[in-house]
Amino acid sequence: MANRLETAQIDIIERLPVPFGLVRFGVAPDHANLKRCVNTFSKTAQLKNVRFMGNITLGKDVTLKQLKEAYHVVLLTYGVDDSRKLDLKGSNLKNIFQAKDFVGWYNGVPWNKDLPVDLSDTTASIFGHGNVAIDIARLLLSPIDKLKSTDITEHSLATFAQSRIKQVHLIGRRGPLQVSFTTKELRELLNLPNCCPIWRPEDMQNVPEIVPKLVKPRKRLTELMVDKFQNRQTPKLDDKQLAMIFHRSPKEFTGSEKVESIKLQINRLEGDDLLDKKAVPTQQDETIATSLVVASIGYKSVQADGDIPFNSQLGVVENQYGKVGKGLYTAGWVAKGASGVLLHTMEHAFGVASVILKDLELEGLGQEKPGFDFVRKVLDERNVQVVTWEDWLKIDEFERNEGKKLNKPREKVVDIEQMLKIAAT
Amino acid sequence: MTAFVRILGYTKPSFSIKTLFRKIYTTAKLNHGEYEWQDPKSPDEVVNITFVTKDGEKVPVKGKVGDNVLYLAHRYKIPMEGACEASLACTTCHVYVKSDHELTPAEEKEEDLLDMAPFLKENSRLGCQIILTKELEGLELELPQATRNFYVDGHTPAPH
Repeated sequence: MANRLETAQIDIIERLPVPFGLVRFGVAPDHANLKRCVNTFSKTAQLKNVRFMGNITLGKDVTLKQLKEAYHVVLLTYGVDDSRKLDLKGSNLKNIFQAKDFVGWYNGVPWNKDLPVDLSDTTASIFGHGNVAIDIARLLLSPIDKLKSTDITEHSLATFAQSRIKQVHLIGRRGPLQVSFTTKELRELLNLPNCCPIWRPEDMQNVPEIVPKLVKPRKRLTELMVDKFQNRQTPKLDDKQLAMIFHRSPKEFTGSEKVESIKLQINRLEGDDLLDKKAVPTQQDETIATSLVVASIGYKSVQADGDIPFNSQLGVVENQYGKVGKGLYTAGWVAKGASGVLLHTMEHAFGVASVILKDLELEGLGQEKPGFDFVRKVLDERNVQVVTWEDWLKIDEFERNEGKKLNKPREKVVDIEQMLKIAAT
Repeated sequence: MTAFVRILGYTKPSFSIKTLFRKIYTTAKLNHGEYEWQDPKSPDEVVNITFVTKDGEKVPVKGKVGDNVLYLAHRYKIPMEGACEASLACTTCHVYVKSDHELTPAEEKEEDLLDMAPFLKENSRLGCQIILTKELEGLELELPQATRNFYVDGHTPAPH
């Protein structure tokens, strides 16, 4: 939009004092190459008609009503900040976490830095068959040397370094044909050094026969699983183990203080669509031992401001092709739900931008608007310290310097107060 | 690795040891698209290709041997993203190979990434993995449609 509307002033308003959202806080630390997209984001943020304004919370420091008064167009792209939770007997036992919090812990989300993760025992169970679940399994099973040189937070690295986790269960409620993770992520996990994938033959029954009927990309993904299953090996003594478990849902957690075991409900699949069958509970269950549980069963968004039309069931802002109402739009995960890789979110953003541009062309601007000057007044009354792009560059430099001392690309500041202090220097 | 691919691209041995060294130097040292900003030094180096944009417009581009299609597209303002900067970590430079040229087959990782592309086709490739050679003269690359055209498909503008 900045390129197409050169006369427009575009302000990016961010809750945290630092930019990049999911790329900084979601993308796994060992996926450094994907993080290169911040270079493109940085170029955009430095265009002459674009400004970054950090440390401003929508719904708290400034309301949607005020933003609409200040700007001709407001675009909500605040992502997802909540997750679907396991609400089961025993889910308040220690060492049971939401994936969002666990990822936030190792990626430096300020409010997750003190998550009491305990990796002192041998088994971990991850619920969910998506790419986030795979990220977590990979970090738990990776040799520590692979993590040391990433931008993983130092406090979590210390815990990973002491980890005694030997076996990770990756548990999904449906079968191998209904998984949500992607081929690249699965291959990376199955090829980890000194880690042996374990398959249950009953889960893979009939799957090889179905492969020829499938089309790409499902075909390649399923072929990969079938290939690894058919060529499976017995784990060597020192190997870590990755147990691929299908058709199971958590039913109950037990333990005295910390989680010790999970009762899993056994599901069967129903429905005509091979790739979208439903998991239906049977009367049977099985119990497995575990010392850590991470639930990665989907993210959803929150209503950041009472005036945002919000669908709380789906956890998305109500919208039609990105349009919420006059002058109000939404894009990304907050608009369409939390799924898809960078490419899909990018395409969605481009699509919504084209809707905004077309609307502006057809509807015109109407009266003049005060822009950030108006917001600034509101913020001054509340004593909010605005973090500009130049301020962020100071935090960025600080993080890079701290990282250098540890042979890491950066050591993230995980404390908002400290970020603000550095920004103010 | 990149340096090697580029050198292997030459099948007509029209270069001296000196040029060979220059290639290693340029590709190893400048791998963020700087090489693609250099004009061809001689007609021997020229590789003409055509981009077909989302709107069906054909844009001829004069590339040269060794050019990475992603960075060449950037130079000529063809809207190809390349978020991971040709590090094989994303799928944002997805293109279709329209002409009959035979390209180096995609490696497994490229195939894995292409699996995430909407509208994946048999002729899908990642632009950042296509390095121009003389044999690719006349290559035609089409940019994929966006997942959907928001404006045409779904959005009716409000009347004034």
